[in-house]
Amino acid sequence: MKDVKCECGHVNPHGTVLCEACGKILDEEEKKKQLLDMRYEGSARRSQTYSKTIIDKIWNFFSSVKVGVWLIVITLIASILGTILPQKMYIDLPPEVYYEQEYGWFGKLYYQLGFHDLYGSWWYLLLIAMIGISLVICSLDRVVPLYKALKAQRVTRHEGFLKRQRIFGINTLVNQQDIDIVKERLKQKHYHVREENGDLLAEKGRFSRWGPYVNHVGLIIFLFGGMLRFVPGVYVNENLWVREGETALVPETGEQLYLQNNKFILQHYDKEKNKTFEKALERAGDVVKNYQSNVVLYKRSGEKIPGEKPKLEKVKDYKVRVNHPLTFEGYSIYQSSYRSEMNSMTFNLINKKTEQSFGELTINLQDPKEKYDLGNGYSVKILNYFPDFEFAKNGEPSTKSRVPNNPAFIFRMTAPDKPKGETSFVAIRQTIEPFGDNTYKMAFKGIGTKNVSGFTVRKDSSLWVIIIGGILFMIGVIQGAYWNHRRIWVQHKNGEVWIAAHTNKNWYGLKREIEKVLEDTNLGNPEDQLQSETTDKEGV
Amino acid sequence: MAALSSNLLFSAFILYLIATLFFGGSIKAKKDLNDTKTTNNWGKIAVFLTIVGFISQLGYFITRWIAAGHAPVSNMFEFTTFFGMALVGAFIIIYFIYRTTLLGLFTMPVAILVIAYASMFPRDISPLIPALQSYWLHIHVTTAAIGEAILAISFAAGLIYLVKVIDQTKSNKKTFWLEFVMFGLVTVIGFVAVSSIFAGAGYQEKFNWIDKHGNQAEIEYLMPALTGPHEGELLTKDGFKPLVEMPAIINAKKLNTVIWSFAAGIILYALIRLILRKRIGAALKPLVKNIKLDFVDEISYRSVLIGFPVFTLGALIFAMIWAQEAWSRFWGWDPKEVWALITWLFYAAFMHLRLSKGWHGEKSAWLAVIGFAIIMFNLVAVNLIIAGLHSYAGS
Amino acid sequence: MKKRRLIMRSIILAILVAAVAYTLYANFMKDHAQKVAVGNQAPDFVLTDMQGNKHRLSDYKGQGVFLNFWGTWCPPCKKEMPYINNQYHQFKDQGVQVLSIDIQESELAVNQFIARYKLDFPVMIDTDKEVMTAYGIDQLPATFLIDKDGKVVKSTTGEMSEDMVREYMEKIKP
Repeated sequence: MKDVKCECGHVNPHGTVLCEACGKILDEEEKKKQLLDMRYEGSARRSQTYSKTIIDKIWNFFSSVKVGVWLIVITLIASILGTILPQKMYIDLPPEVYYEQEYGWFGKLYYQLGFHDLYGSWWYLLLIAMIGISLVICSLDRVVPLYKALKAQRVTRHEGFLKRQRIFGINTLVNQQDIDIVKERLKQKHYHVREENGDLLAEKGRFSRWGPYVNHVGLIIFLFGGMLRFVPGVYVNENLWVREGETALVPETGEQLYLQNNKFILQHYDKEKNKTFEKALERAGDVVKNYQSNVVLYKRSGEKIPGEKPKLEKVKDYKVRVNHPLTFEGYSIYQSSYRSEMNSMTFNLINKKTEQSFGELTINLQDPKEKYDLGNGYSVKILNYFPDFEFAKNGEPSTKSRVPNNPAFIFRMTAPDKPKGETSFVAIRQTIEPFGDNTYKMAFKGIGTKNVSGFTVRKDSSLWVIIIGGILFMIGVIQGAYWNHRRIWVQHKNGEVWIAAHTNKNWYGLKREIEKVLEDTNLGNPEDQLQSETTDKEGV
Repeated sequence: MAALSSNLLFSAFILYLIATLFFGGSIKAKKDLNDTKTTNNWGKIAVFLTIVGFISQLGYFITRWIAAGHAPVSNMFEFTTFFGMALVGAFIIIYFIYRTTLLGLFTMPVAILVIAYASMFPRDISPLIPALQSYWLHIHVTTAAIGEAILAISFAAGLIYLVKVIDQTKSNKKTFWLEFVMFGLVTVIGFVAVSSIFAGAGYQEKFNWIDKHGNQAEIEYLMPALTGPHEGELLTKDGFKPLVEMPAIINAKKLNTVIWSFAAGIILYALIRLILRKRIGAALKPLVKNIKLDFVDEISYRSVLIGFPVFTLGALIFAMIWAQEAWSRFWGWDPKEVWALITWLFYAAFMHLRLSKGWHGEKSAWLAVIGFAIIMFNLVAVNLIIAGLHSYAGS
Repeated sequence: MKKRRLIMRSIILAILVAAVAYTLYANFMKDHAQKVAVGNQAPDFVLTDMQGNKHRLSDYKGQGVFLNFWGTWCPPCKKEMPYINNQYHQFKDQGVQVLSIDIQESELAVNQFIARYKLDFPVMIDTDKEVMTAYGIDQLPATFLIDKDGKVVKSTTGEMSEDMVREYMEKIKP
């Protein structure tokens, strides 16, 4: 565990392959190679040097890129599994029913394995979390030594280092003038040129080496933002249904915001008006052009406890459309769906034989009255109201819910000639007369409907963290991908001038740049040792 | 305007075809493909034609945009054509960096196939449903397509690498998988061929059938039904009687198209083999003999490096911004979103393997091929088979 | 030097593990989260019963409150209502009040229900689901037992037997 002192005088941490300062090979193994492995500048990655305690072992596990790649691959395969069948948020039946009904035994198995909620499962979260841990540790373990090595590098490099660069060439008979020209040209090409004892080190784009670490930091912040969602209060995601004309409390706003829905609008494309779309519309049928709710947002003023009528102050009128949510104080209200609900039913009280009408009544299905007086001694009383009618198991009429999906009534119809009244059960397309033949009948006349707008209420305080993470990631990726770290060494060795060059990628660009720099000088183009090494197998 | 637009697209298509022939000529006529300073006349004409074709297709794009009132990337036909255009554009850019016409010989056929494939979908200008009425959508889709196109160039370069490096003198796993890739490309031609033939003949037959919920519905086939729908009843006189009937949970019509395409693909492939008397990979080998391996390898890797940030921006970041606006959440685990993530993870793994495991050359080329397969799967299969929010209403 | 490194690593790993553990825990708990938990102060509310009398929860300080949420359409609600009514008569002189809240139904439906089951305790309609939201209820019937200090002693969802009702009222007897 001792640090290694190189012959150039620089002290390197234990495990260093190439001296940080002069590039001399410190690891015997590396000497056998014809070309150097320049990853991380041959610096000592800490993980590989200490593995004494459990902590070190865990650390080393996550520090391995191999482990990182495996985690990515496993996540990738797991993600594929989740796309085979729809996830639970995209189905409209209870999952225990849906999967078996739609996909048979395979669906049942899929559900039993928990793949219906794969992306919310603990093990998928754990995979993502492990990628996060791997990101942190891999980056920490590499960026520090890399930074140190790049900072410690000296201009004059060891012979062994230069010889084993992929681009390398030796020139004899060089005059200083040419070297000066080269130096000028390198500067023109935005190289940062350092000089030491007549040796040159030209370097540019070093910051691209930090790209991967910047993007990893971005990803970590992104994942952290995703994690924040689990903190109570940071993330609100609620559904809100508001009937036309009604005002509802917006959930999770601390009983602060109220939304009034004035009108729901549904528009379709018109074949006649949009000639361009005529053919497509003929093929596809009706295509929706717009979903819109005209709403008014209110804010409560003063204190109130639930159940009390709130004092409301208008905040704003807004037309909520898809892609145009209403936003206020961090809350966003999105148009997410709609449904049409039965609102009223109209009947005629008629004499079954003569079909003479004795008056009309409209029943508000949200709030029916007990008795409707039609005048002249005719009246109708509601004995029973079933908004969502069905026959219960014991055969009694009952209601499934409070929503008027299938309203039914038991009426008592009173007329001058029937002072006691006649009882009739009336449902949609169905009339039952439990006590025999009636004289009168409630004849169905029509229904009124009302639209109900479905909104999604969203607050996401973690969004800005995610945005910062995303931006940082993009900066890092671009920094790492669109810039190259190039270094060119021009050095005097044994009375010759050696040229060596290295880049982290885009060798072709580097070679062309060197060609340009050395043009019309005595200095010959260095060779690409990799290319001469792997000449084509077949022999051109 | 719409007619002009179609004509421009058609001319672009023809120009690409001719350009491909010239790219072929430039390879035959040129000795050293690594000499990047000079391009022979064949090559110059090929590149010129490619650029003219690209401008023509750009004209298609703009005129159609004007006609529709929205960027034409809103259905399967429009998106796929745009992808083809982006592929050509990406090639032009990479060409001017590396100046190798061989890349054109491999890229242009892929672009042509993509555009031909696109034309098999309904080409009408369609209106936008509310969720799609957002400029973020157009930014997201175009950027994603450009990113994918640049990544596809790495596939073309990878393919060149494999054709060159794989020893065709004896058959083994490598030659098999390379032929498999070739067969995949031939099958696309097969699909285009059968679709065009039956469409040209105006073939159609109708069935009454019972869907999985027990409802009766009518369905129209545009190819003779080998696989009939569940409890299908042929309505068209002289229509082709299905050979087998499918259960209700299988989309018999799509399966039928797939079977026809594969049948055509197999026949075409067999014909090609019969004419060539060797593997397609072996037949292509002389074309690539003058290129250096590490040069192609670099083009392939470089394309990934250029394409990856663009893809991330388009397919993930812009997609999230749009999703946040349209659906109130930036990420919803919709199949298409997940497949974009899968593509992204794949290329991330690719780059890590290359950087730290030293997977250069052949391994890297195989990865480039797999990456393209994932992109194609995302384009074709996820849109057509795994229906989600993104599935373009095509048939 | 070595020791410092070990400490650094331990700290970083501990932070990461804590973050992951918290996320997994929160993910697991999000399905089980309760808005008004046992031991909390019961959220105050004010509603008007079918006779027009206002009932405010905080006015019942010093008494136990048996707070029941229900709907006329829900079968278990129908079953337990008579039990609650019986026990109401037993306990009303011992300082236990029953407040029963119907969720967003019509007066007609509620009145007919009261008449049919002959309910004597105050019944109120939560027209805007405000009280329901305040108590975070998603399943009916739901019952909250509130002691004389206004604290929630117990909450339960689903049908109750008469014994359970008696036991619960016994619990909140001041």
